[in-house]
Amino acid sequence: MDMLELVDIFVLALLVATAVAVARVRNLWAAVMFTGIYSFLGASWMLILDAPDVAFTEAAVGAGISTVLMLGTLALTSREEKPIKKSPVLPLIVVVVTGSTLIYGTLDMPRVGDPSAPVHTRMDPSYIEKSEHDMHGEMPNVVTSVLASYRGYDTLGETTVIFTAGIAVLLILRKPGKRKTELPNGADQKGSHG
Amino acid sequence: MDNFPIIRVITKLLMPYILLFAFYVQFHGDFGPGGGFQAGVILAAGLILYGLVFGLPALQKVAPPRVIEWLIALGVLVYAGTGIATMLLGGKFLDYEALKHQVLPGWLPEGQHLGIFLVELGVGITVTSVMTVIFYCFAGREPVDGH
Repeated sequence: MDMLELVDIFVLALLVATAVAVARVRNLWAAVMFTGIYSFLGASWMLILDAPDVAFTEAAVGAGISTVLMLGTLALTSREEKPIKKSPVLPLIVVVVTGSTLIYGTLDMPRVGDPSAPVHTRMDPSYIEKSEHDMHGEMPNVVTSVLASYRGYDTLGETTVIFTAGIAVLLILRKPGKRKTELPNGADQKGSHG
Repeated sequence: MDNFPIIRVITKLLMPYILLFAFYVQFHGDFGPGGGFQAGVILAAGLILYGLVFGLPALQKVAPPRVIEWLIALGVLVYAGTGIATMLLGGKFLDYEALKHQVLPGWLPEGQHLGIFLVELGVGITVTSVMTVIFYCFAGREPVDGH
């Protein structure tokens, strides 16, 4: 138990250090790398909290894909942040007040893993009790049965959101005139940032 | 990336495992952690890694942009189509119980299991192709104003 707590503290301390580094570093390339590291540490933290599926997503999207997209954006713009001329006092006050409020909010939260916490008692436990029967014993993963079956409508909506987001990015960012050059053969694409 | 043989070799070594892991997360999601979304982003991350190391044209040979753009819609279609299929088979929208014993009994899973398999497949297809297409949009652009 002590060992696990040590790991918790280590990961959380690294998270804080990375967050501070992201905020302080002026070189945007380094900042993007730090956000990637931050996401990877976040994925490790999710793993410690017994949420491996969230950890998959965080590692693949946060540390992988979005880091690559940020680097792709940097390749198109500038690598150095412009120097800040405004006074940092007002933003500092806002951040301190918001942070204190958030920390004050955590004081009411139950201990991690507390069996009497609302998350373990308030949610209708019938999902867990009935899943085995409703799924005819073929679906041991209750998370999957809730997401894809009990709440299939929600997941259809989420998939549609991803679909819409993809179409929106396509409409905004697709190279103008790409269709004409692209249709004969797909190989005459320029701009490999390999 | 032609000057980095270590990265090229390591990527080639890792690629099958990344893809296999994505399919494992996709098709084993009913037993272990994961599902369509996780599998989709892992698969897309594998494709993007390939594109980073071997260049955009190489990736677009594997995953042609036209096909990927169709797949975005196909995933949602598979999901919603499963719902329509359950309606046609006499159930409610996305009521997988209607899929019982209808399609190749003994070969395919049935009922809830088949329904969840199909909708997760739809989610996986859409997520993979959306992530890949966003990468194409970013990587395929030229810098403006001579940066």
